[in-house]
Amino acid sequence: MSWGRPRNDAVDMFNTYPLNQRAQHGHAHDNFAEGVQRTQQPIVTGTSVLAIKYKDGIMMAADTLASYGSLARFKNIQRLHAVGDTTVIGASGDMSDFQYLQGLLDELVTDEFTAGDGNALAPHEVHEYLARVLYARRSKMNPLWNALLVGGVRDGAPFLGYVDLLGTTYQASTLATGYGAHIALPLLRQAVETREDSLPEDEARRILTESMRVLFYRDARSLNKFQIAKVTAAGVDISEPIVLDTHWSFAEGIRGYGAQTQ
Amino acid sequence: MTSIGTGYDLSASTYSPDGRIFQVEYANKAVENSGTAIGLRVKDGIVLAVEKIVHSKLLVPDANRRIQSVDKHIGLATSGFQADGRNLASRARDEATSYRDMYRAQSPVKEVVSRLSMYVQAYTLYSSVRPFGVSTIIGGVDSTGPQLFIVEPSGVAYGYFGAAVGKGKQLAKTEIEKLKLAELSTREAVMEAARIIYLVHDDQKEKDFELEMTWIGDETNGLHIPVPKDLHSEAERKAKEALENFE
Repeated sequence: MSWGRPRNDAVDMFNTYPLNQRAQHGHAHDNFAEGVQRTQQPIVTGTSVLAIKYKDGIMMAADTLASYGSLARFKNIQRLHAVGDTTVIGASGDMSDFQYLQGLLDELVTDEFTAGDGNALAPHEVHEYLARVLYARRSKMNPLWNALLVGGVRDGAPFLGYVDLLGTTYQASTLATGYGAHIALPLLRQAVETREDSLPEDEARRILTESMRVLFYRDARSLNKFQIAKVTAAGVDISEPIVLDTHWSFAEGIRGYGAQTQ
Repeated sequence: MTSIGTGYDLSASTYSPDGRIFQVEYANKAVENSGTAIGLRVKDGIVLAVEKIVHSKLLVPDANRRIQSVDKHIGLATSGFQADGRNLASRARDEATSYRDMYRAQSPVKEVVSRLSMYVQAYTLYSSVRPFGVSTIIGGVDSTGPQLFIVEPSGVAYGYFGAAVGKGKQLAKTEIEKLKLAELSTREAVMEAARIIYLVHDDQKEKDFELEMTWIGDETNGLHIPVPKDLHSEAERKAKEALENFE
């Protein structure tokens, strides 16, 4: 029989007609089609993630906000996640899909660990894996609604890659997702490109901090509280949340930005 | 075993008239012929050690490991048929994964042990299979602290402070009983474990052996990993010294 196999509603295997199925005029109709739901939009979302290469490795930043539409619903959500000792991923988009991916990656890392052969996943392998998972899901018309940055250092070589809900991938020395790809990426490119191998840590940190500040002023789904992850040969280090102080006095005279005066 | 040869030892699914299952007892014999494995549960962690008999000089050093990882925080040492041990380790990993998928939390050692023992027990019920020829020491550190168990070929599983299986189990147990396990640190326990393995090894009868040691504790951030090379060789050196003084 067909125990454990996917059901096929086009065939009335147990002759339950007319109870379970209508006669099929023309093409077969799946009675459960209306019960199948696919992801059509993200629900609880994170905004931009930024990442750059610098002298000792890579650095990544993401704020701690998870929005529910335009509502700032959760203000203390970590969107940076360490994968083993050499890789960190940052997620924008749907947070529950991100949590699902964290589960997949944790299982993958555990499997590598228990193999006990001394091999661990490299950043580019994590990137490729995520690309395969996200592409497979979009091909089922049921995407995992994320744009992810994957960064890390393996054998002294830094890696920085992007992958999104369509399975699209690319690599660069500066990367940003979401609104950050419009607002922050030009700033990152100007500050980092051609200097990847000489950029010291404190300056890399300053570049990301300033970009997060600009994003907070411009992106209505962002927060002035964020974390910075750095991956070097020594491993992954994800900072405690950093809170920026902000000034809004300049907005007084700008029509359509601050409080309306006329 | 006077009732051997009476026909009740051909199947694991048949009792003998006096209530024994000979196939399970024979499985224990397979364990008794194998190199000793011990486990120590101490103050802040677990140490597993195995006397791995090297039956050929042609074997690659460190190959055919007898201590395996079940999860990040759980280790498993076997004594008996190596292939059976690998099958059990693989099953234990599947159980740990299944627990994490279901409950989104690290599996308690007790839970993995109880599931694994049910698996082992199932192989004592049917005439179509043979019981596992291994005794398994499972050690781990979970939210309740260090935990240590033995799963026997019958499927029975008990918790222990100190565990020993295999050829030198009696002597090892006597030595473990002399230790103050509740007061030892994992680092000290590594030294003791190495000493005991060297002590129980009978170099008159047996060929060369490799000492295999892993630990889990505060020093390893709760991870089950091999004892670092420098500590391993220090423990081996001290074990050999102790052996000379002992004789």
